[in-house]
Amino acid sequence: MTAVEPGPSRGAIELRGVTKVYGNERVVDAVSALIRPGEFFSLLGPSGSGKTTTLSMIAGFVAVSEGSILVDGADIVAVPPQRRGFGMVFQNYAIFPHLDVFENVAFPLRARKLAEAKIRERVAGALELVRLERFADRFSRELSGGQQQRVAIARAIVFQPSVVLMDEPLGALDKNLRYQMQVEIKEIQQRLGMTVVYVTHDQEEAMNMSDRIAIMNGGRIEQVGRPVDIYESPASVFVARFLGEANLIEGTLGAASGGSAELQAANGLRFRARSPSAPARGGAAHLFVRPERVTIARADAQVQTQADGALNQTRGRVVQTSFLGNIHRHLVEIAPGVRMTVDVQNSGGGSMPQPGEEAALSWRVADSVVLDG
Amino acid sequence: MVDPARRHPFDAGTMLIVPAVLLLALVFVAPLLWFFAKALASQGGPAQIVAYVATIVTSKAVVSALILTNWTALLVTGLVLLISYPLAYTLANSRGMRFTLVLFCVVVPYFTSIIVRTYSWMVLLGRNGIVNQALIQLGLIDTPLTLLYSMTGVLIGMVYVLLPYMVLTLYATMRSIDPGLMRAARGLGAGGFYAFRRIYLPLSIHGVLSGSLIVFILALGFFITPALMGGPSDVMIAMLVERSVEIMYDWSAAAVMSLVLLVATLVLYGVYYRTTDVRRMMGA
Repeated sequence: MTAVEPGPSRGAIELRGVTKVYGNERVVDAVSALIRPGEFFSLLGPSGSGKTTTLSMIAGFVAVSEGSILVDGADIVAVPPQRRGFGMVFQNYAIFPHLDVFENVAFPLRARKLAEAKIRERVAGALELVRLERFADRFSRELSGGQQQRVAIARAIVFQPSVVLMDEPLGALDKNLRYQMQVEIKEIQQRLGMTVVYVTHDQEEAMNMSDRIAIMNGGRIEQVGRPVDIYESPASVFVARFLGEANLIEGTLGAASGGSAELQAANGLRFRARSPSAPARGGAAHLFVRPERVTIARADAQVQTQADGALNQTRGRVVQTSFLGNIHRHLVEIAPGVRMTVDVQNSGGGSMPQPGEEAALSWRVADSVVLDG
Repeated sequence: MVDPARRHPFDAGTMLIVPAVLLLALVFVAPLLWFFAKALASQGGPAQIVAYVATIVTSKAVVSALILTNWTALLVTGLVLLISYPLAYTLANSRGMRFTLVLFCVVVPYFTSIIVRTYSWMVLLGRNGIVNQALIQLGLIDTPLTLLYSMTGVLIGMVYVLLPYMVLTLYATMRSIDPGLMRAARGLGAGGFYAFRRIYLPLSIHGVLSGSLIVFILALGFFITPALMGGPSDVMIAMLVERSVEIMYDWSAAAVMSLVLLVATLVLYGVYYRTTDVRRMMGA
């Protein structure tokens, strides 16, 4: 062996129709995904969406009812957890309370019967990576939440696994620390070139760290893709609602042409939006557009509600405004019961429409998507 | 840091334990002291008392009873631990019907009179008892085993009576062990036995110590079960005390032997207190 391959070659995980049935309930329902070597892959979803059960099946703690899980081509469904060779970080860290930091980190190595000298070397390396060199003889009760988290990470990577599974590892930390740990975990993952399967219900966390995200709902994967793709082009109303702020205007589908379709909303409003699939005319649909893609102006100028060319325009009454620091958020009623959220970047200038005033809204057809249902 | 609510020595909390302390002092400590003082004073002055205590403690009957008592207590503790550990583990890791059933089986005997339980065992273990008959019917043995009126009988009876103390103590400790830790150990590459030895056993060892001490202390002073189920030579220290009083009318000897038993118990209780205190400090 002379040539070293660029990038990791081990750590591919393939889920093929993985299903978990408890009683009559399909908690995880035919989940299929291909996770590439060295990829940071997140399972994102609300509680009860089956993401933790899916991870537990990959880990081997929960038996697979149907389907198979392949790691680098080999089916591991029948392999007990201790022989799967994954690194694992758990939600409550699961630091062994009777062992000091050194012995906690050394645990996977001792279980694998490595030589003492090798163990010392590896543990020292792992502790350096998480910047806990000086804490080797502490016990978990003497550590802060962030430090315990680092111990858990060091313990998961010390035996150089090609795959590390993480189950909401930052759930117990406060917001600032959480962001800092996200950066650190991502750095370690990239430096070691390992595959990470990461479970979280925090969309910001998933967006910040992941190469790709699988959005789960009701035991199924709704959409898999890069964070930017999912954010810009959600595949369903659920995904649009779950990831970030979204405007969803109900309506029925009109004529479709050239990759876009017309949506007829309440009060005779008509909009055009991208339509990646070819939905049935007359069917129920939602128009999706992000609040920051909508432009708002005082309705001094003559503005007509129209769906003309590449721009959607409408007008409405500002119901509420709020200042969120980096943005001004406006809630605008464009028809009785139909409200849109519009975010304007706080760039320091310009006067914003005030509550009670008429406002003109517009957004590009290309920035909006028609979603079934 | 002075907590204003705790500054006064006679606050409500202290007052609440006064009745209990008074009761103990009146019906336990005072009669005991009175008994020791009266029984020993009959031997004469301090020098005579010391000499008398030495004679009793080094007498053949007392020495062999002490050895037998300690040996029996040790055996019983070991056997109880062997049976209780898996039982408590099952209990700590069960839910619903199975939990209720196991708990029921452990706790109900605990509330039943010790004499009733001992006589039940005598029915089971006798020469023509159910156990021997069953074994003969099955063709496993030809002549009945000597289960009753022997050390075997004493051990069976005492193990049975003392089992709940160990199970419940172990259960309390095991319940506080985060099941996620064993899962983490497995996930990080440890086989079942290795995970048990490195994680579960060390985390439950305080329960093992506390439970063993309780059982050992109780076994030291056991009277009814060895008296009813033991053979003529199985004389434990508590039985010797009873014989001194009932048969020999030798209150002084009974007092000395009781004192030995009391001191041993108190010392062990001190150890027990320290180990449970340590456990609290560990936050386990």
